[in-house]
Amino acid sequence: MLLRIAWRNIWRHKIRSLVVILSIAVGLWAGVFMVAFSWGMYKQYMRETVETHISHLQLHHPLFEEEDREARYVLQSAPSIQAYLDTAAGVRASTTRAVTGGMISSPTTVSGVQVNGILPERENRVTGLASRIIEGGYLNDEVRNPILIGKKLAQKLKVKLKSKVVLTFQDTSGGIVAGAFRVAGIYRSKNSSLDETSVYVHAAGLQQLLGAEGAVHEVAVLLNDDNLSEPFKHSLAVRFPDADVKTWKDLSPELELVIRSFNEYMYIFVGFILLALTFGIVNTMLMAVLERVREIGMLMAIGMSRMRVFNMILLETVYLSLVGGPLGLLAGYFTIRWTGSRGIDISLFSEGLSSYGFSSIVHPELESGYYLPLALMTMLTAIVSAIYPAIRAIRLKPGEAIRKI
Amino acid sequence: METVIDAHDVTKIYNEKKIPVHAVNGVHLHIGRGEFIALVGPSGSGKTTLLNIIGGLDYPTTGQVIINGTNITAMSSSELINFRLHNIGFVFQSYNLIPVLTARENIEFIMLLQHTGKKQRHERVLNLLREVGLEDKINSRPGELSGGQQQRVAVARALASKPQFVLADEPTANLDSKSAANLLEIMAKLNREEGMTFVFSTHDQRVIDKARRVITLVDGKITSDEKR
Ligand SMILES: Nc1ncnc2c1ncn2[C@@H]1O[C@H](COP(=O)(O)OP(=O)(O)OP(=O)(O)O)[C@@H](O)[C@H]1O
Ligand SMILES: [Mg+2]
Repeated sequence: MLLRIAWRNIWRHKIRSLVVILSIAVGLWAGVFMVAFSWGMYKQYMRETVETHISHLQLHHPLFEEEDREARYVLQSAPSIQAYLDTAAGVRASTTRAVTGGMISSPTTVSGVQVNGILPERENRVTGLASRIIEGGYLNDEVRNPILIGKKLAQKLKVKLKSKVVLTFQDTSGGIVAGAFRVAGIYRSKNSSLDETSVYVHAAGLQQLLGAEGAVHEVAVLLNDDNLSEPFKHSLAVRFPDADVKTWKDLSPELELVIRSFNEYMYIFVGFILLALTFGIVNTMLMAVLERVREIGMLMAIGMSRMRVFNMILLETVYLSLVGGPLGLLAGYFTIRWTGSRGIDISLFSEGLSSYGFSSIVHPELESGYYLPLALMTMLTAIVSAIYPAIRAIRLKPGEAIRKI
Repeated sequence: METVIDAHDVTKIYNEKKIPVHAVNGVHLHIGRGEFIALVGPSGSGKTTLLNIIGGLDYPTTGQVIINGTNITAMSSSELINFRLHNIGFVFQSYNLIPVLTARENIEFIMLLQHTGKKQRHERVLNLLREVGLEDKINSRPGELSGGQQQRVAVARALASKPQFVLADEPTANLDSKSAANLLEIMAKLNREEGMTFVFSTHDQRVIDKARRVITLVDGKITSDEKR
């Protein structure tokens, strides 16, 4: 009966209740959508970082990362790793690289870079490097010793296509070597800091300069599904004990951090929205209590306990949120579905974002597991907001409340 | 005659700190089972205050109220709520009913608070509505009933909890004279046939005429108490 009374009570002021229901719904809708929007943005950023830059897995000599990527830490089992990956199920593409840190110099400037000796065909299948070329070609052999550099670096070095640059680095035995290259192509990725520090040459050429024929420092693996990353890491580690296997999460801990802090960030953000709702609900329920002083007085006079009066007010609020909450979540869900499949073009505002590697088309998305906690948070908010009005209600003295005319 | 209400030297002083108002001033009162009493007196004479104290809605400043042998003055307000639920029926001038519930539900509500079984509730609702002549309005909400009909439902509700007595503070104040007479007739019938004790305050001479005992209050004191 209490349920029935509470439910009917909220419809005594249809408009007022609808306003509360709608503000709960709109607040939640906006909250869910904003969260999904930023999640979509991060997710895309992560996906792009994986698919164009770090790949799902990388294998190195165990000391390579630790010892500042020195060229002497060659991954000896690379050929058998490569052979295995070529036949393993779940692998979309894989490639080997010779990698070393060095200096690049033009007639005007010097800059520190990571030199990647790549197998162009394979590299393209793993990172899609060729598609990012904006000038010239992709390590084609029109010039001798071709090199691919980023737009940012080209500007810094003040070099153009066909310009000569010199790479200087340590070979595997610790001696300093230098090689002359010609700019065959200029690329631009979404990550401009990367564009400034990564250059690409033929693996064979770099290996020759390093004095180590066929030396591989890095194996990059692109998988069909990100969920395979961890299982694959373990099976590779068992199969090739001399290699250090890392997932993209290990390699880029800041991305992992993004995911984890996302949760907190989301709950704080939604928390703020709910806090704003609290004021609206408190206000409405207080009105609902104050205009029913005589009625509540009468209920307590005829023997309705304070506990029941309290529960009645609480229930009314819960009902409001029970209608508004799912409405907002549903609206949010469909908005996310709709915009998620279409994508939202934020290129107008994305100038600044692209330098951090964010895409200009955002596909909002939110995992289904988030909806229930959000719904519960809304309920909790409603209950908390109802406490003060409910306390006001039970503090009424029936004798005085009834006299009020 | 068995005593139901025993008020002993009851005083109620409002505004004790500023200008004290002696709303009720040294009232002694014995009410026996089955009485049908009108409480009369000029406006501000303390009728509502006295009824509220007898009904456990308010505490006297001094004095005691003993109901059926229980001293309710010593009870906490929560204990009083429970005591009222089981022992006292109330009819107020207005706002008696829960507007979102039908006549049936309003009467059932108080029995639900008492944890009465479903079958018993339903039987009793029908009986009571028949007694107040509203069996055809069982599914009407208060908004669909006239003022007189609402007060009759309120009387039915007051009896539903099987109280020791019913207190009614100006139950006919908002009614036209025909409805007022009708309500009094129903109360008198319930008093005659079921022996229910009624104490009601009123300004209406025709209502006073129906009472079998008339207590007059002036300035918080009983100035006359006559049985007829
Ligand atoms: N809460 C209060 N605070 C201060 N004074 C009060 C309060 N309630 C009632 N009074 C005063 O107590 C006195 C008795 O009031 P009460 O309402 O009991 O009279 P009444 O006989 O019921 O009058 P009426 O016939 O107008 O209903 C009045 O003087 C009134 O002003
Ligand atoms: Mg009065």
